[in-house]
Amino acid sequence: MQTDVIAAIATGLSQSGVGIVRISGPGAVDIAEKVTEIRGKTLSALAPRHMALGFVKDGNERLDEALIVVMKAPHSYTGEDTVELQCHGGPLVLKRVLEAVLKAGARLAEPGEYTKRAFLNGRLDLSEAEAVMDLIRAETDFARETALSQLGGSVSERIRHLRAEILEETAFIEAALDDPEHISLDGYPETFAPKLAKITQEVQTLLSGSENGRRLAEGINTVILGRPNVGKSSLLNALLGEERAIVTAIPGTTRDTIEETLRLGDVVLHLADTAGLRETADEIEKIGVALAEKKARESELILYVLDGSESLTKEDEDELGQLAGRQAIVLINKSDLEQVLDEEEVAKKTGMEVIRISARTGEGLERVKEAVERRFLFKEVRQQPLVITNVRHQALLREAEEALLRVKDSLEASLPEDFFTIDLNEAYRSLGLIIGEEAEEDLINEIFGKFCLGK
Amino acid sequence: MREFAEKLLTECDVAVIGAGHAGCEAALACARLGLETVMFTVSVDSIALMPCNPNVGGTSKGHLVRELDALGGEMGRNIDKAFIQSRMLNESKGSAVHSLRAQADKREYSQRMRETLEHTPHLYIKQAEAAEILVEDGVCRGVKTLSGWTYQAKAVILCTGTYLKARCVYGEVSEQTGPNGLKAAMHLSDSLRENGIELLRFKTGTPARIDGRTVDFSKMTEQKGDDTLVPFSFSNKAEDIAKPQISCWLTYTNEETHRIIRENIGRSPLFSGAIKGTGPRYCPSIEDKVVKFPDKTRHQLFIEPEGLYTNELYISGMSSSLPEDVQHAMIHTVPGLEHAEIVRNAYAIMYDCLDPRQLRPTLELKDIRGLYSAGQSNGSSGYEEAAAQGLVAGINAALKIRGEEPLIIDRSEAYIGVLIDDLTTKENTEPYRMMTSRAEYRLLLRQDNADLRLTPLGRRVGLIDDARWEKFLEKKDAIEREIERVKHVTLGTSEKVQKLLEGYDSTLLKSGITMEELIRRPELDYEKLAPLDPERPDLPADVREQVNIEIKYEGYIRRQRQQVEHFKKLESRLIPEDIDYDEVGSLRIEALQKLKRFRPHSLGQAGRIAGVSPADVAMLNVYLEQKRRENK
Repeated sequence: MQTDVIAAIATGLSQSGVGIVRISGPGAVDIAEKVTEIRGKTLSALAPRHMALGFVKDGNERLDEALIVVMKAPHSYTGEDTVELQCHGGPLVLKRVLEAVLKAGARLAEPGEYTKRAFLNGRLDLSEAEAVMDLIRAETDFARETALSQLGGSVSERIRHLRAEILEETAFIEAALDDPEHISLDGYPETFAPKLAKITQEVQTLLSGSENGRRLAEGINTVILGRPNVGKSSLLNALLGEERAIVTAIPGTTRDTIEETLRLGDVVLHLADTAGLRETADEIEKIGVALAEKKARESELILYVLDGSESLTKEDEDELGQLAGRQAIVLINKSDLEQVLDEEEVAKKTGMEVIRISARTGEGLERVKEAVERRFLFKEVRQQPLVITNVRHQALLREAEEALLRVKDSLEASLPEDFFTIDLNEAYRSLGLIIGEEAEEDLINEIFGKFCLGK
Repeated sequence: MREFAEKLLTECDVAVIGAGHAGCEAALACARLGLETVMFTVSVDSIALMPCNPNVGGTSKGHLVRELDALGGEMGRNIDKAFIQSRMLNESKGSAVHSLRAQADKREYSQRMRETLEHTPHLYIKQAEAAEILVEDGVCRGVKTLSGWTYQAKAVILCTGTYLKARCVYGEVSEQTGPNGLKAAMHLSDSLRENGIELLRFKTGTPARIDGRTVDFSKMTEQKGDDTLVPFSFSNKAEDIAKPQISCWLTYTNEETHRIIRENIGRSPLFSGAIKGTGPRYCPSIEDKVVKFPDKTRHQLFIEPEGLYTNELYISGMSSSLPEDVQHAMIHTVPGLEHAEIVRNAYAIMYDCLDPRQLRPTLELKDIRGLYSAGQSNGSSGYEEAAAQGLVAGINAALKIRGEEPLIIDRSEAYIGVLIDDLTTKENTEPYRMMTSRAEYRLLLRQDNADLRLTPLGRRVGLIDDARWEKFLEKKDAIEREIERVKHVTLGTSEKVQKLLEGYDSTLLKSGITMEELIRRPELDYEKLAPLDPERPDLPADVREQVNIEIKYEGYIRRQRQQVEHFKKLESRLIPEDIDYDEVGSLRIEALQKLKRFRPHSLGQAGRIAGVSPADVAMLNVYLEQKRRENK
C-alpha cells in the first residue's frame, strides 16, 4: 500500500531518562538520514536492529545526542521500515527533535496510527490490536491479565458461541417463512421463550461481570462527600500522603479539575474533583450543593465523611437519605477530639455501612478495601473465566442485551415471529462487531482513534 | 445459403433475444422509452409462455411483481387481465410476509401480453434463432440469426430462459428440446463461450398435467379465491378487475405414493446420475422431498387449472423426472387422482445459463459493454424473477443508450435489489428462487408499499406517465396527512372508549391517550378504532392500510431503517473500475483472487462475496480512503 511516513514521540511527555521519537513508513530511513549524524557512517549503512550513537540535528544545529536504531520491514512493530531516535527525555528536546523530523518530510502520526498500521499490515488482528491498547492502559495486574487472555481469543470464543445460538433461531424462523408446508411455527413462541431467556441471561452475565471487571481493571469513580469542616480535605491529604498510596495527577479532560488515584492494594479509587476539596472551606461552599449532587450522581462509589467528634446533624441525615440505594460508605474520621459518634448507632440511623478510619494512622483502610471488594464482587470477578473490560465491547454487549429484551417484548405482545428476527439480527450484528465479524465503515478508525499518540 | 443471407442487415437500438417473461419486460421497457427494439423468439406462438406453474406471485414472488409494476413493468397489469383466481397468502402472519398470488389462464396471459407487445410502438417481433452475438473490442454490436441476418444494435439483451442447448428428460427418455417440446436454441451458447462468457449447466423440472374430467374433486379440499380482491397493479382498483373466480384443490400424497417413489428412485435420471448436480432446493421434485423428509407421511399437492380454455390441471408439488409408468402409479395413489389420466408427463429440463457474477448490478456484462442478460439465463428460476430482471436490464440498456445514469436498486430498496445483488454476488449452484428470508429488510419491503418505494424510480426512468404520477402523489400525501392527524387525536376515559376497549380485551384507560398509542396496542388497530374517531376522513383501503402499518409497527420500522443506514454506508462506497487490487496490499490471498475475479461494484458488495472477510473490507476501505485523499 502506498503510505506516507509518520512520526511521533513514543514515550510520555514528562521529564525522564530517555524519550523516543519513532518514525515509520517507507522512506523512514531517508527522512531520518536528514536529521541525524553518525560519525563515519550513513544511516542506511547501519545494520538493522543495531544501535548506533549519533546526533539529532535540525539543519546544522545539533539538538541532542541519541541512540539510533533502524528496523527494516517487515521486522518492526508496524511491519514497515522504522527508525527510532532514543534521545534524552526532556519534553523540550523531544519536541524539537520531532519538529525536525516533521520538517524533513514526515507527518505527525494520528493517535493509534502505529498499531493501526500494524493491523493493516497483518501484524495484529482486530482483537489483538484492542488488547494491545488495553495492555498499555493496564493499571492493575487484573487489567493486564484480562488483556492478555483476550489477546488469546477468550472473548471471541464466547461471542461466537452466542452468535451461533441466535443464528439458529433466526434461521429457523426464516426457514419456516420460506417453507411453511414442511417447517411449522406452531408452538414456536413457547419453545423459543426459554431459549431467548437463556441467551439474554448469558449476555447479561457477561455484562454484569464486565461492569465490575472494568472497575477492577481500571478503578472506581469515587466521590468524597460531607459537610464542610468535617475533615474531608485533611482526610484526603492524609490518604494520599500515605506511603502506600501512589498518587498520580492527571489533568482533567472535561472540566478544569484534578483527578487523583488512590490505591488500596489492587483496588483503585479515582477520586473526582480533589482539587476542589483542597480549597478552603469557604470555597467549597461556593461550589454549592448542586455540584456536589451532580458529582454524586455520576460516581460509582460515594465516601461520606463524618466528624467523629460531632453528632449527626439534620443536614447529614438528609444527605445520607438521598444516597439510599447508591453504593455509599460512611466514614467516621477519627480526630484527636473526644468521640461522640458511635458506629452502630450511625449505621442504624442511616441504614448504611459505617467504617471508622484514621487518616493519620491508616487504621480502617483495610476495612474500606474489603467493603469495596465485597460491594463490587471483585472476588467473583477474579474467579470468572471471562471478564469483558473493553468499553467498546461493553457498549456492544449492552446493545445486544437491549435488542434481546425487545425480542422478549415482541414475544410477549404475540407479534408474528418475523418481527423477532429484526431485533435478533440486531443482537447478532452487535455481537459480531465485537469480534470484527461484521464490517462497519468507521469501526477501524474508531478503534484506532482511541489509541494513545505514538503507539 | 448463409452467404446470401449475410447481405441482409438491419439496424436497431436494442435486440432482445427471447420472448419469455424477461424478454417481454425488457423489450417493452426499451420500446416505451422510445428505442427501436427487435425481439427474437424461436416461436411467436409462445410469447410470454407459462410452461410450468399456472400462477403468478406467491411468497416473495408477489412482492417482485408489485415492485415491477411500480417501476412501470407489464407483468402486474397482464396478470390482472388474465387471472382466474386471486389470493393474499400468509394473511395470518406479519404484514411483511403477506403475499399476493393469482392463478392465470395461461393462454389468455400469453395472448394478452402478445397484444400489448404488438400495440407498442418501436417494438418488432421476429421469429428467428439468434445464433451469434457480435462483439468488437469488448463492445456488443449486435446479433446474427441462424440464417445469417445481421441486426446491428447498440444493446443486446439475453433473455434465453431455459432454451440454450436445452434437454428434457424423464425416466429413460431424453430429448433435445426446450420446455413444452419447443425448439431448443443450439447455437448461441458457443458464441457466448467464444466471447469469453462462462456458462453453467442448470436444471429444473415441472409436474405432470392431468385431464380434469378424470379427477374426483369430492376427495379434495376446495381452495377458493379471496372475496376482497387486491390487484397486482397499482394502476388498477379492485372493482376494475372483479370477475367470477375458479377454485384450486388441495390433496396429499401418502405412504403408498412414497413407497412407489422410493422403489423406483434409481430410475430417476436425477438420482441415477444421468443428470449431474442438484436441482433447485426450494422448488424440489417429489423425489427430492421424499428423500429429504423421510419422516413426512404426506406432502401437499395443489391441483390447479391451467386455464378456462382447457380442462388440463397442473399438479403443483409433484414435479418429477421419474419414468412414465412410475408417474402413473404414483399419481394414482393420491386421493381424488385414482383414475387421473395424464395429458403431459412431468419432466426435468437442463440448459445453459450464464454465471451471473459476470454481471454488473445493471445486468450488463462486466467484460462486454452493451450486452445484458436477464431471467433464467442468469440462473434464476420463476416467471417473476425473470420479469423483474428483464425490466431492470431493459431500463438500463435504454438509459445507457440515452446517456443517462443507470438504475441500480439496492437490497434495502426492493426484493428486485436483493434478487439482482444475490445473483451478481453470491455463488449459485442451483436455480435461484426469490424467498422472503433473503430480504434482510423485509419489514420495509412489503408488497403493500411497493408503489411508495419504487414509483419515484419508475418516474425518473420515464415509465410512469403523468396521470399515474399524480395519483401516486395524492396517495402519498393522504397517508402522511392521516398519520399526522391520528397522532393528534386524543381520547379521554369516556364510557364509549372504555366499552370499545373492553370489547377487544384491551386495558382500560386511566387517563387521556392519543389514537396513535391505542393503534399500537397488539389487540387493536386503525380500523377497530374507527368508532372513536368521528373526524376520520373517508380514505381508500390502501391508504388506511399504510396508516395502520406505519403507526402500528413504527418502532420496528424505525429500527429497520437504522439497519438500512448502516448498510448504506458501505454500499455507497463505490470501488473504481480501474482499481488495482495488487496495490491494496494486506488482502488475504483468497480475498484478493475473488476481488480480482468478480470486481465488486461497492465495498458493501465486496463484503458479501464468499471469501472476503470484514477485515479485508476494512483494508479496502482504508485504501480507497487514502486514494480519495490523494486525489483531492
